[in-house]
Amino acid sequence: MPRWLHTLLSSWTGRFAVLVVVGIALTAVVSVFWTPFDPMLSDVRGRWAAPSWPHLLGTDGTGRDILSLLMAGARTTAFVAVGAGLVATLVGISLAALGALTVRWVRESIAVLVDILIAFPVLMIAMMISAVWGGSLWVVVFAVGIGFGVSIARVTRPELRRVQQSDFVLAGRASGLTAGQNLARHLLPNVAPVFIVQLSWSMAVAVLAEAGLSYLGFGASLTEASWGTLLADLQRYIGVHPLTVVWPGLAITVTVLGLNLLGDALREATDPTLSRRSAQVHVPEVIA
Amino acid sequence: MTLVVDALVVEIDGTRVVDGVSFAVDDGQRLGLIGESGSGKSMTALAILGLLPDGARVSGSIRWDGVELIGMPDRELARLRGDEIGMVFQEPRSALNPIRTIGRQIAEPMRIHERIGRREARERMVAEAARVQLPAPESIVDRYPHQLSGGQRQRVAIAMALAGRPRLLIADEPTTALDVTIQAEVLDLLLGLVTDEGMSLVFITHDLAVLSQVATDAVVLEHGRVVEQAPIATLLTAPASPVTQALLRDATATLWRAADDDGIGS
Amino acid sequence: MIRYALTRGALLIAGLLVSSAIIFLTLRVFPGDVAQLIAGTQADPQTVEALRESLGLDKPLLAQYTDWIGGILRGDLGTSQLSGASVGAELAEKSRVTVPLGLMALTVALLIAVPFGVASALLRGRAGGTALSIGAQTLAAVPVIWAGMMLVVVFAHWLGWLPAQGFPRTGWATPARAVESLLLPALTIGIVEGAMLMRFVRSATIQAAGEDFVRTAAAKGLTRRQALVRHGIPAVGLSIVTVLGVQIAGIVVGSVVIEQLFTLPGIGRMLVTDVGTRDLVKVQSELLVLTGVVLIIGFLVDLAHHAIDPRQRAEES
Repeated sequence: MPRWLHTLLSSWTGRFAVLVVVGIALTAVVSVFWTPFDPMLSDVRGRWAAPSWPHLLGTDGTGRDILSLLMAGARTTAFVAVGAGLVATLVGISLAALGALTVRWVRESIAVLVDILIAFPVLMIAMMISAVWGGSLWVVVFAVGIGFGVSIARVTRPELRRVQQSDFVLAGRASGLTAGQNLARHLLPNVAPVFIVQLSWSMAVAVLAEAGLSYLGFGASLTEASWGTLLADLQRYIGVHPLTVVWPGLAITVTVLGLNLLGDALREATDPTLSRRSAQVHVPEVIA
Repeated sequence: MTLVVDALVVEIDGTRVVDGVSFAVDDGQRLGLIGESGSGKSMTALAILGLLPDGARVSGSIRWDGVELIGMPDRELARLRGDEIGMVFQEPRSALNPIRTIGRQIAEPMRIHERIGRREARERMVAEAARVQLPAPESIVDRYPHQLSGGQRQRVAIAMALAGRPRLLIADEPTTALDVTIQAEVLDLLLGLVTDEGMSLVFITHDLAVLSQVATDAVVLEHGRVVEQAPIATLLTAPASPVTQALLRDATATLWRAADDDGIGS
Repeated sequence: MIRYALTRGALLIAGLLVSSAIIFLTLRVFPGDVAQLIAGTQADPQTVEALRESLGLDKPLLAQYTDWIGGILRGDLGTSQLSGASVGAELAEKSRVTVPLGLMALTVALLIAVPFGVASALLRGRAGGTALSIGAQTLAAVPVIWAGMMLVVVFAHWLGWLPAQGFPRTGWATPARAVESLLLPALTIGIVEGAMLMRFVRSATIQAAGEDFVRTAAAKGLTRRQALVRHGIPAVGLSIVTVLGVQIAGIVVGSVVIEQLFTLPGIGRMLVTDVGTRDLVKVQSELLVLTGVVLIIGFLVDLAHHAIDPRQRAEES
């Protein structure tokens, strides 16, 4: 077992985080093939059922089974998290690379650009995109991807620059490695720990963003099963049926907690000294 | 005997960094604690003042004037610190609070132990600054640490440690982090102040040459244990343990250099 | 200090210009035919053309941009093509809800983060510290709207102490009722933000406790706790100022969602509505104002930090 994985699994937080993330991923996969009920199936007579057999978490206002909705929602969550993560990765690496590995004027401009783009909260980017193209899950993916990608770039760029100027990289060039080989063999592995940690957190941000944006109407459409739309749906009735919102809320909280802890634990596991220098403590954005 | 350390054991994260150290310091005596880094010298000093990092476990005995210090509540230990036992640390850059003027920091022990007012504090802080030969004491007390040189900062540290007129001073590698050219001056100052007041001194270092100018006796440490204990003269001329011999070899170059400068044969 | 302010000020202005360009490009350029977008796909060509003229969309791009910026510098943020109302006037009116909400939320966040953060650092390794740490982590993972919903259920529906939504039409003329209606929203944002900030305070306190100068202070005669409080905490305070900007940005964002949940007539809710109705003229200026606020607050925080930290101040003397 690779050392970092072993360290990851040796703490309680690490174990919890891995459990949650794997659990959600599995649920998402399983839900493609099977859920206790069809999530979209309404049973108006059986609506607002309390948790009982066969509706283990009860039913909502149109009689849909909440457990099935949650399971199907896990798919949306996984999609958004992974999608946003990938976009954030691309944006982050590109900006960081441009800001560290090119000629001076490009580097300086990118640095200034990143500092300015940081001022755009993810939610605002989402609203800008929605204003033009309407709301959809892609809005969430790209808004978080761009917003957090910029954040990632800001943290990764100085790391990349620092590693690039370190002795062993110079030695690599001196001993005849091409720039590409140098990049792959020396630069990337050293920046990877910082980067992977940011990736984890970006997925947590994505899940929160999906909740908030779907609630506002900029995210998933009402016909898609997502934890955010479920929250929005059930919210209207909290006066009469207050406890149904607990389920999607808990699902989101646990998932985000797991992803945040995963990021924290990965940071400890991969290289505690490396990341502590650059990203002291992660103060995440409030997304919604 | 003012300070008696008996079978001191300090354990951090399961490792024994100090493993059964014993020594004693008389009134007015100047004792050296010498060894390579990691030999447990600093930890021993910190244990005396109750300033070990969180999670350290201490056993054995440390007696000051017959009173047992291990297990003493921090509140009572605090009364001894600065007032009866003072300490100077190695790194002047980080030992001073960057957002307070040095005058305030020098006056702090006096305000804690003697509860003097602001005006008297001001007079005393200037006096202490002058005592450690800081330039322009009247104005320097309003400066911030980053505005001073390394040597000046260490003088401030010494002033802070001595402001309460303690009976024992523990100096943990006070000149190691300084420029070679400044080391001698600061060492001289320290020695002068200690002998003037008749204070006892525990001087921690890895450099036998430096120690030879300051202390009369020394305790040699390795891996947290005492490997040799003798007057300095003996350590220099007839070191018994290989550790001491190695330290002597490292220091000899410096000793010869110093001897040449003075024009005195060794 | 003056020099720093000028340099930073220049960066601020550059930031505002770049942001305005980004907003302009996203809303005016990328979508292609904006007039068509606003009018809808069913509208006939004449309506679209008329709309285009009235919005000034037939002018060259640069002219549109300078018109807009010029207007803002004169204080005219444009008028909504849907309601005809002045954007500036509406923003001013709604800010009387959003600004107090933000301030209250910030207060709650600080009141939670600082004491609990310091406590969890001091109690590190013991049951209390671990419990606080777990609590903070969990609260920070809670989606803000859900937190709001839960608070409404408890305090509005079950206990009936506070209103579940709305802001009195009499506004601040009836201050007690106004504060009442902002209390739950502010608590919601404040608790979640506070939990996030608390983790930072905890880490900063732990770092402060390990600082050499704190140990020196104890060596002079303070108890270890006194040394931490008198010498370490001010250093923590200084580092909180640095993240204050991020916190405020988070509160601004949080208020957008919370105003929707609690139906508060604030800037956030107005923004959401305008985006929904594709009132791009309004959205453009509103977004610029919001970004501007975030950038300006960042600028002010930087200035404050520079003013407080003697290391930076004195370097210039």
